Amino acid sequence: MPEVRADIVTLDGAEKHFGAANMDIIRLDGAEKHFGAVRALAGVDFHVRAGECVGLVGHNGAGKSTLMHMVAGTLMPDSGRIAVRGGIENNYSVPRALELGIRCVFQELSLCPNLSVAENTRINHASLSGFGWRRKAADLIAAKLDEIFPDHSISADDIAGDLSIGRRQMVEVARAFTVTQDPLELVILDEPTSSLDAHTAGQLLSFVRRFVASGKSCILISHLLGEVLGNADRIVVMRDGKIVASGAANAFDRDRLVTAMGGAEAREKAVAETASRPEAGPLRVRARPARQDDGKELVAHAGEIIGLAGLAGHGQTDLLLAIFAAASRAKAGIEVTAPVALVAGDRQSDGIFPQWSIAQNIGVRSLARLRNGLLISPQREAELAEFWRKKIGIRTPDMNNNIFSLSGGNQQKALFARALGSDAKIVLMDDPMRGVDIGTKLEVYDLVREEARNGRTFLWYTTETEELDNCDHIHVFKNGRIVANLRRDELTEEKIIQSSFGDAA
Amino acid sequence: MASLQAWLAKPWIWSFIGALLVWLATIAFTGGYGGGGMITAALSLAVFTVIVGVGQMFVITLGPGNVDLSLPANIGLASAVAMKVMDGNDAMIAVGLLAALACGMAIGAANYLLIWALRIPPIIATLSASFIIQSIDISYGRGLQIKPPPGFADFTNWQILGIPVLAILTVLFTIGAAIALQRMIYGRSVLAIGQNIRAAWLAGVKVGRIRFLTYTLSGALGGLDGALLAGYFRGANVDIGNEYLLASIAVVVIGGTSVAGGKANVPGVWGAALFLVLLLTMLNTFGVSAGVRLVLTGLIIVGVITAAGGQKALR
Repeated sequence: MPEVRADIVTLDGAEKHFGAANMDIIRLDGAEKHFGAVRALAGVDFHVRAGECVGLVGHNGAGKSTLMHMVAGTLMPDSGRIAVRGGIENNYSVPRALELGIRCVFQELSLCPNLSVAENTRINHASLSGFGWRRKAADLIAAKLDEIFPDHSISADDIAGDLSIGRRQMVEVARAFTVTQDPLELVILDEPTSSLDAHTAGQLLSFVRRFVASGKSCILISHLLGEVLGNADRIVVMRDGKIVASGAANAFDRDRLVTAMGGAEAREKAVAETASRPEAGPLRVRARPARQDDGKELVAHAGEIIGLAGLAGHGQTDLLLAIFAAASRAKAGIEVTAPVALVAGDRQSDGIFPQWSIAQNIGVRSLARLRNGLLISPQREAELAEFWRKKIGIRTPDMNNNIFSLSGGNQQKALFARALGSDAKIVLMDDPMRGVDIGTKLEVYDLVREEARNGRTFLWYTTETEELDNCDHIHVFKNGRIVANLRRDELTEEKIIQSSFGDAA
Repeated sequence: MASLQAWLAKPWIWSFIGALLVWLATIAFTGGYGGGGMITAALSLAVFTVIVGVGQMFVITLGPGNVDLSLPANIGLASAVAMKVMDGNDAMIAVGLLAALACGMAIGAANYLLIWALRIPPIIATLSASFIIQSIDISYGRGLQIKPPPGFADFTNWQILGIPVLAILTVLFTIGAAIALQRMIYGRSVLAIGQNIRAAWLAGVKVGRIRFLTYTLSGALGGLDGALLAGYFRGANVDIGNEYLLASIAVVVIGGTSVAGGKANVPGVWGAALFLVLLLTMLNTFGVSAGVRLVLTGLIIVGVITAAGGQKALR
């Protein structure tokens, strides 16, 4: 007597989904979620089939992360239903998700900074026990890193906190694909390439294609629309907690996606506009990387936007930090002639003060100016915050709320406001756009160009080649040295990649 | 109702509630006798804990690992320096106080120098410094039995309507400290460093200077405390500061300051200091033996910190 599958029997009108021949790995029906008065998800239907890569796009705060938290089991919907492989899950949770082979790489990196790469891997694999567990974990992660990022230079003994943010992201991604006891069916990748350079990101995406081709599934969240268009089989667009468009990837193009996401319209590149820039002003920065052995150096004048390009972790951040340090204490080989502010890319470790309000986080760089006599004036602090809330569009009802009440993109805007609202004439940007949606990006690009026209100097390290279009000069870095210096009109992606890999052409 | 909840949400309110409960328990035991005198005595004694507690609070707020363990030795040495300089002479009171302050500042500065130049953790640096200070104190104050100048001894006992003048001055000082913490660049910088030292540096905070100032401030307050204690207890003593090692840290933590740094609370230092002093008085009144008293004090501190920790849910 064949056993009757419970999931088929108990369904009340949902058979049309669950009984489908092409079994879904996971399906959410009418998922709703409220956080206080905010409706983060408004009745979303979402599913992922076996052997498919679903691209998920939308602005920051559109509800993507909330939806993914439900898929991963970290959040329960207020109402709605979750089913895995056709079986309704009434007590869905993270352990249950892992048991079913559903894993997640979240945007906020989650490695324990004080543990080694191998030890971090062990956290996810309880079966690596007994003598030599460290060795087993090291072999496991090293093999996966080799598979995904063939020329990575990460050792399993490296302490996670010592790795650059890009390498931490590589470890995090590789760890999610390691298998011991639990099955592996679906991996959620939330902005997996945000801290990776073009080369490494390409390696990851081609691995994802191989993974999907082997019958497994993936959800890919990225603000780089090209990545989604090029790698997803199906694309789902979210806006204001709802799914507003969904369909095969080849039915979309960039403009359609941007329109569906709403808000910012696709804009032309700003090439023509910047050509009319007046002659460069006085010298602001002259810097030679510590390991530079030829005469190349970075020179920036007032009103210029200078790009720092190349593979991630090849000395761009180091040079920015050296320039930052040189502004307060003289340093050999670096000349800085005006106050400096820095916009952090690694928000949690370099930027945010978690105990403070949004207004305090913005004001901290300008305390001296906010004083009235000896004391900091709360009124001036509020005015500064309010000015930037309007100018840069920080979405919050109250600037006195804690900084973590903001979504990631809006936190980043607050960090921009901190730097741009200060007296700094030189603004250093340490790949600040990772994980930021395209609407925010375009707004900030405009702001940066406007500030440059008013005489500010920007040094802009970015892992996204498109952003270099905003720069007047681009320095390509390799192994801690500047290997090429391109004007914008000479800039092509090929040239950057060529310089990044070439033998210092 | 809403305002009551707003009050209960303040982390420092609990230490005051604790102090009040202990006081009520004591006068219930004595049948209402001596309630006023108990408050006067508690205020007089709490002052000494508050002064070093505020210094310790700024240090702890600098972030994990920051603590000044040299305070007891500092208090001991400064008390000897103050008494020697004053030399029982009313005309030298101000000079003696300045000497104690200078002595404390020098100790604080030396602490930070150890931390900065040798890159040793503050806990080790201040602890080893305290051994050195103690040795200096022992050889400097050998056989020292100088009484404080009568004017100074009287000053530490002055009262207006049963309220010690020293307590009033200390309240003014703590109000100043609270303003410095929330409204001055110095205080904001300390809070920023305590939350994330790297982000603070990158946001333009002068990290080195602020840490130096904080350790120096803590040292200076220790020195001042030493001089006042010597006045109150009629003479200097190497061991005069011993109880302020635990007390200075306990009042900071019970008062609602985060041990993880970045979040400080000045009123709570007062509440916690009163609580500790009253607790001791209560146990004495109950006639509990010294051993049991210590055990109970320890347990109650642990209990309070656990209870206060439950209130901490951020956001």
